[in-house]
Order: sequence, then structure tokens, then C-alpha cells
Amino acid sequence: MNLRRDVFQAIADPTRRAILLLVASQSLTAGAIASNFDTARPTVSKHLQILAECELLEQKQNGREIYYHLNAKNMKAIADFIEPFRQMWDDRFNKLETIMKNYKPKK
Amino acid sequence: MELKTKITAEDGKQELVITREFDLPLELLFKAYVEADIVEQWMGTKVLKLESKKHGSYQFETTDAKGNKHRFNGAIHEFSLNQKITRTFEMENTPYGVQLEFYEFEQLTDDTSRLRMHVIYESAAKRDQVLALPFTQGINMAHNRIQDIVNKLK
Repeated sequence: MNLRRDVFQAIADPTRRAILLLVASQSLTAGAIASNFDTARPTVSKHLQILAECELLEQKQNGREIYYHLNAKNMKAIADFIEPFRQMWDDRFNKLETIMKNYKPKK
Repeated sequence: MELKTKITAEDGKQELVITREFDLPLELLFKAYVEADIVEQWMGTKVLKLESKKHGSYQFETTDAKGNKHRFNGAIHEFSLNQKITRTFEMENTPYGVQLEFYEFEQLTDDTSRLRMHVIYESAAKRDQVLALPFTQGINMAHNRIQDIVNKLK
């Protein structure tokens, strides 16, 4: 199985990207995830299945409920997983540099 | 070409290191972390409070495209002028926990300096979640719908 190719296919779909963003901050049940979409519940279930299959989501049984959470480790299978984080800091630091190059002491 | 900003985040560790070299004298780099009006400009945030001293604390507030306010705060544990700041950082109302941050400022030449930012998270999983944030947000940039979903969660 080519994990990377599968991961890219997984994130090619906007609904699946939305699901990843939802569970990035907290574990959610399939029902809670589905309630965020107008799409039919079985469609959301299918998306969850695909995300779980390529191991971007992990399932955890809690009583009768199954919770989904982000498998950040496998997100790293995507080559540029860290790049947006680096880019965010690089942008901030570039801004800092520009501002301070033009800095004029108040006194 | 070598990247100016580097991230080191080893697998399974609860820490990361960000380094950056600046075309700025050390004093100016340090000042950018100390003065509220400068922090506001480069961090793109409102500074509600910034006490740059030992036992001081800070609180920032950003407003997103939808007008939602997000607050960040922390306590300053160590403050050595032009050398080092040790502080905590927390995104309020999120599950990412409190992180411990060590900022080391170093002079390279009269006109250049380096920042080393060492960040320790509560767990490796939390670090990975924070690392994943700009990624998950980035791949959704084109989809305004996502913002609506996040707003519904609040």
C-alpha cells in the first residue's frame, strides 16, 4: 500500500479536510462530526472510513460510543506536514525583521 | 538556498526548536519581543498586557476574519535583557495545554543576530496537534465553509 498516495487522495476531498480540521482540536463521535454537515450521515460515515483506513484518523471506543481523533503522526506522511507551521513562523519573523529595520527610537 | 527559519521536531518528542537568523542587531531583535506596540505589529495581535520582567505576565488577543476573538496568555519566569526570556504560553479555551518556551537571543555580528526558541509541550501528542494546526487550516483556506463549522463548535 502506498500510504502517501492514499493520504493525498484522502485530503483531496473538501469534506474530509473539514473533518480533519474538526477533530484537530478534540475527539468527536461520528454523530457529532456528521451534525456539522448537510450531507447525509452515511456519506459522512464513508468519509470517516476512508480517513481511518489511511490512518489519518484513529478510533477509540469509549463505552458505547466510538470517538475519532486526529492521528498527527500519520499526517506527517504528507511531505509538507510541518512546512505550513514553519512558513507561519517564517512570515512572522520576516515581518519582525522589516519592522525593526525601519525602527526609529522614540527619543 | 538555506532556509532562514528552521524547525526541529523529532518524532515522539514533546518539544520542538525553532531557530532564525536576523539581519538585525541583537538589541533590535530583543526589543521586538519587549515592546507592546512592536509585538502587535509583527504578531498581528492586540496586546492587552505585556509585563516584560521576571514574574510578569502577558495577554494577547487576536480577532479572526469572522470577528471572533482568541486570547493567548502566559507568565514570564525569567527575563535577561538581550539574552533570554523564559515564559509559558497558552491558547485560551483550546485543548492544547500550556507550553513552556525558552527564547535565547544571541549576537552574531554587529548587524546580525540569532533567536533560538525551544518549546516544550505537555505531551508528544499535544506537540503534534499544535504542529498540525497550520497544516489543517492551510489545506482548508479555500473553503470558507470550514470557518462556519469551527464557529458552530464555539
